[in-house]
Amino acid sequence: MSDLPLPTGAFDPVMFIKTMSRNGHNGLIGVRYSAHGEGWAELRLPYNEALVSDAATGILASGPILTMMDMVTSMSIWLRRGTFEPQATLDLRVDYLRPAEPGKDVFGRGECYHMTRSIAFVRGQAHDGDPSRPVAHVAGTYMFTGAA
Amino acid sequence: MRSLESPYARTMGFVGARDGDGRLVLTMDWDPDKGGRPGFFHGGAIAGLLEAAAYATLADALDDTDRPVIKPINVTVSFMRGAREKPLRAHATIERLGRRIANVEAVALQDDPATPIAIAQMNIMLERRSAVQPS
Repeated sequence: MSDLPLPTGAFDPVMFIKTMSRNGHNGLIGVRYSAHGEGWAELRLPYNEALVSDAATGILASGPILTMMDMVTSMSIWLRRGTFEPQATLDLRVDYLRPAEPGKDVFGRGECYHMTRSIAFVRGQAHDGDPSRPVAHVAGTYMFTGAA
Repeated sequence: MRSLESPYARTMGFVGARDGDGRLVLTMDWDPDKGGRPGFFHGGAIAGLLEAAAYATLADALDDTDRPVIKPINVTVSFMRGAREKPLRAHATIERLGRRIANVEAVALQDDPATPIAIAQMNIMLERRSAVQPS
């Protein structure tokens, strides 16, 4: 990896999510932009009956929440670096603290809290309206895959 | 296969079948709807398939019991290589099946079984419908 800033322009999370939500897996689950800052981002997963784990309970499946947390923690790295660079998820751990309430949107916030030349360390939480009552907690690592 | 009847599993197009050894294998066909970076499945779709394989294998093993409610406690997914635009399959192994907790590992593959795409380790809680009995 080069330590020099690359001339690719600043990473724009709003445009990025607009583009990503038009197609691909983020489009299928319907994630939306919510907020961002330096080294962190927040996305929103609108409640969708097509994504529940059990039609009888209406509880959102774990897969869409994991997908959103993968996306939002990825974005937190680009926001920390200031540019979009290719990277790959090495691992992601999700603790499912409690089920999200049926009918409620889920918000996912990701933060890049440490970076080396080749690895980014991230963490994040998901909640369904009250950040003090999270539904999931995540921790993960990403590897930078751009040319050295 | 209870867990393959979920709306999420239908949305994702997970299909379950038995292999020659009677082992449950879930398959997800390539579709741009499951895509991440160009040419590859999204990590979230891969993880979703791995979790579904874990739940389906566990539900299968519990079919002859009191069918406890299966609740995920956590999952750790290791992504080892990208999953290309062709069917992705996953199977799971129950490492331990207790009264309250099951430890399950799921593996996602494309071509060569020796080069897995991703592996998920899951801790899953079993909520028994019957009264708690001494084990």
